[in-house]
Parts: sequence; structure tokens; C-alpha cells
Amino acid sequence: MIRVEKVSLKHGSTPILHDISLDIPKGGITALIGPNGAGKSSLLSLIARLQPLQTGKISIEGYPVDTTPNRDLAKIIAILRQDSIVTSRLRVRELVGFGRFPHGRGRLTEEDQRIIDQSLQQFDLTDLAGRFIETLSGGQRQRALVAMAFAQGTDYLLLDEPLNNLDMYFARELMRSLRKIADGKGKTVVIVLHDINQAGVYADRIVAMKSGRIIADGPPSELLTPETLHAIFGFGMRVETIDGIPIVVHLR
Amino acid sequence: MNTAARQKPSPIGLAAGFVLAVLVMLSLFVGVIDMPFRRVLSDAEALELLLISRLPRTLAALLTGSGLAIGGLIMQTLARNSYVEPSTAGTAQSAELGVLLVTLLWPSANLFIKSIVATTTALVGTSVFLMTAHRLPPTQPFLVPLFGIVYGGVIGAAVTFVAWQADLLQYLSVWTNGDFSGVLRGRYELLWAAAAMLVVAWMIADRLTIMAMGRDASIGLGIDYSRMLQLGLVIVSVISALSTVIVGMIPFVGLVVPNIVSRLMGDNLRGTLPVVAMSGAILVLGCDILGRLIRYPYEIPVGTVMGCVGGVVFLWLLFRRPAHA
Repeated sequence: MIRVEKVSLKHGSTPILHDISLDIPKGGITALIGPNGAGKSSLLSLIARLQPLQTGKISIEGYPVDTTPNRDLAKIIAILRQDSIVTSRLRVRELVGFGRFPHGRGRLTEEDQRIIDQSLQQFDLTDLAGRFIETLSGGQRQRALVAMAFAQGTDYLLLDEPLNNLDMYFARELMRSLRKIADGKGKTVVIVLHDINQAGVYADRIVAMKSGRIIADGPPSELLTPETLHAIFGFGMRVETIDGIPIVVHLR
Repeated sequence: MNTAARQKPSPIGLAAGFVLAVLVMLSLFVGVIDMPFRRVLSDAEALELLLISRLPRTLAALLTGSGLAIGGLIMQTLARNSYVEPSTAGTAQSAELGVLLVTLLWPSANLFIKSIVATTTALVGTSVFLMTAHRLPPTQPFLVPLFGIVYGGVIGAAVTFVAWQADLLQYLSVWTNGDFSGVLRGRYELLWAAAAMLVVAWMIADRLTIMAMGRDASIGLGIDYSRMLQLGLVIVSVISALSTVIVGMIPFVGLVVPNIVSRLMGDNLRGTLPVVAMSGAILVLGCDILGRLIRYPYEIPVGTVMGCVGGVVFLWLLFRRPAHA
């Protein structure tokens, strides 16, 4: 379980997060939604100990993120930031292989190789394995980064807008893969999404943030109502139920 | 990710090893005193020349060349910018400042103490550079080397000013322009400490590769980022301070060698480190041999030769390189 208790964050004098408390139990997909600047990425990077905690407590499986050794946390939690830029000339397979670093500190076992192969295959990168990252398109690069986070093989996976640059096919593939590891392997996925319908279809729970606060929290069927959505995003939209799943029509 | 590289050496690595071996033989037998190979075996005087002068000089060039190339590579990794190297980012200038100050304040200090002081000032100077470089926007990759050049220039100006005030300007060129002609047995052995740094770099190669992906990726993969940053700084500072004190500054090695190897082989340091080290040694030893031959029997300092050769290679790199840093 990820436990966030009374966390606040300020950049200088600008408040980013106000007194956030949130429990994310083990297993399932939790989607973080909300307008730009709501504090979603900040919350994610605090959970992943990429920023120092200012006030409050965060723990994963009972390990406090601010005092647990980094190398131990790297086996429990993996994060993909939205602004990951890899300028190094690495081949796709090498990059994905570095996802295994926390386990063997650089030495790759047969098991590691198998996991790397599997991650490559899962994101349709097998044919690109020998290519340098810089020669890939934005979407292919994004898939390689997600594959690297997958290869890390942690129980908790934090993804900050992983659908950026992905076409419809691979966006769907990624969400299905996440669903598969959540259901099949009991992994816990926390994902920042801007496509509200991806959240509605694939997530078990949606947490909506606005101005540094959590303003709604619940399963898609409860949360995706015109009233709640208006409160989050500031405009009215229709919600239709198709095959039992709420679909938000937000284009008009 | 690198089992292939570990199991069989790459063709590039083999070629580099071969060229290096040829250059070492050349270096041992090129000099003012003509010394054919067979005389070494029969003539005690020739053997002594080899052991006191030619061999130390060759080893010094190998150690300096590989050290500077690796120093440049690590600097580029830490700054996440492929256009910086210790001699253009204040490291070498800070080392000069240190060795100048110790010469002024403690004239009887030996080479060892001078090296320690130079390493310390290099460490401080490089830390200031890196802290500033990490604050510059990553969207402007040329700001980092530009800042480095200005920063190194300011420290270099301070060095010149102090030397001028103390009437040590002539002495200064010993450190600002690399030259192997003064290297004799007993005067270069500290450079083996730079070789020790190469071993350390090899041991942390995977971590350095990850650090080149940035702080967040490093922390995410369980690396103690600030500790590794410090270790990298120590490696860079020791290597460039030692080579500044013992040989003098040699420009461009740390810049062109890692960039060429990166073009050819990528940035997975586990595989490329040995090639970078060997290529640095080739470049420096080659330039030293060239300096001995151009106006034989006189010598041109390796720093000057490298200034020309390195500059041309760097321009070539800039023009053929696709537009990204």
C-alpha cells in the first residue's frame, strides 16, 4: 500500500500541494486526473522520492520514502516521468536492460535477459532492439521508456502521462498491458492521464486533483458524472453509458 | 545489455589496440639520439636511455592520454552535455591556480604536495562549474560549454594575473602547455594515480551510463546520485590536476575522443570506456611523436600539436554531427 499522510509542498512561496492524504491499496490501477498545474506530477514525484518531502509522511509497503535506502526502494517502485529525455546514444535493448539495474547492479542474469525480451516484445520493440534511441520517433521512444519501467519489475509502477506521443493503437496497447499486469500479477499502477475516457475504461479508481487538493475520489462509475467533471475541469460535458462504462463526450 | 561487449572485444577496440601498440614501439625508438632496436639488446647505454627517458615518456603519454579522454567523458556524463571537458570548464585552470599558489607560498613543496593542492582546487573549481551547469536550462545545450569557456577564462585570467604579479609568467607555461620532453624516470610516476582513477571509472561504468540519463532516472534506478556525482568529480579532478602538474594542459583530448567513440559505438560506457581510454592514448602519443618529428631534432610541445590537430578534428565533428547535443 502507498500511504500519503498530510503532505504539503511549496515551491518558494507558491503552494503546490495542500495537506494531501491518500491511501492506495495494493493491486489495481489508480488514475490521477485533473487540469494542468493541479499538482499531479508533484505528488507522483514525492511518492517516488524524486523530490524531498517538506511536510507530511509517505510510505510504500510500510517503508518511509524519505529514510529507506534508495537502492531498496528501486526494487519496490518504478517511475516514468513525463519529461524524461534520454540524450545518451543507447540502443533500445541497452536502455530497457538498465531497468534491471536495481536487481543485479549491472550484471544481467539469464532471468534478466528473459524479462528484457518480454518487455521488448510487450511494447512491440523487438525489431527496434538494436536501434539507437535517438533514431526513433517520439512514440517509439516513449514505448522504450515504458518498457524500461516495466523491466524494472517492481510491484508499484508510477507513470506520469505515459500516453504522450503514442498513437491510438499503442495507447490502447499500453493501457491493456497495464490492465494485464494489474490483474495477472497483482501490480499496483498509479497513472496520470489526460484522456478521461482511458481513465474511465481501464482504471479501477480515479483520483481527481485541482489546485493542489484532491477534490474527488472513487470508481469511474461514481466519479464520471457531469457535475463532478464540471467541478474538476470547469465546463459541462455529457456522459453516456455504453456497455456499462461511462463515456465522457467532451468535444462540444 | 553488455554481455556481447564483455565476451568478445569489438573490432573497433581491436583496431585501437593494434594502432596503440605500433605507436608505443615508434615512441620508444624516435628521438634525438638515434637508437635502432638491436642496439638496446647489446648496448647498456642505449638500454639506459630507454629506461630513463623513452619508456617514462611513452608511459606518461599513455597515462595522460587515456586519463584525459576518460576525464572528458565523465565530465560530459556529469554535465549531461557532450561539449564540455576539463580544460574548457575551469578544471584545468583551477588546478593551475592551485599549483601556482603552492609554488608561491611554499616554494620547497614537492611534486606530491603540489598535486594534492592542485587536485583540491580543481575539485572546488569543477564543483562550482557543475552546480551552475545543472541550473542552466537543458533546452539550451550550448549554454553549458559557453559558460564553461567563460568560467575557465576567468580563472585562467586570475592565474595569469597572479603569475604576472609574482614574475612567474615564464614558469606558468610549464603547466599551461603540455610537454612530455621533461618527463624522465622519477618525474612522472604520480600519473599512475590517474590510472587508478581509470579503474574506478571502469567499476562504476554502468552507474555513469545511467547518470547520463539524468538525476530522476538515476534515483529511480536506485543510484545514490549525489554520492556518485562527488565520486565523478574526484575522478575528473585527480586526473586533470595530475596531468596539469606533471605534463601541463593538453587541450581537446577530452572533447574529441569521447565524441568520436560515442558516434561509433554509442554511450554504453561498459563497452566504450576501454576504447575511449585507448583512443585518448593514441591521440596524445601520436601527437607527441609528431611533435618530435616535425622539425627534428627540435621538438614542438604536445600541447601545441594537439591544439592544431584537436581543433581540426573538433571542427570536423561539429560540421558532420546532426543538430542535437
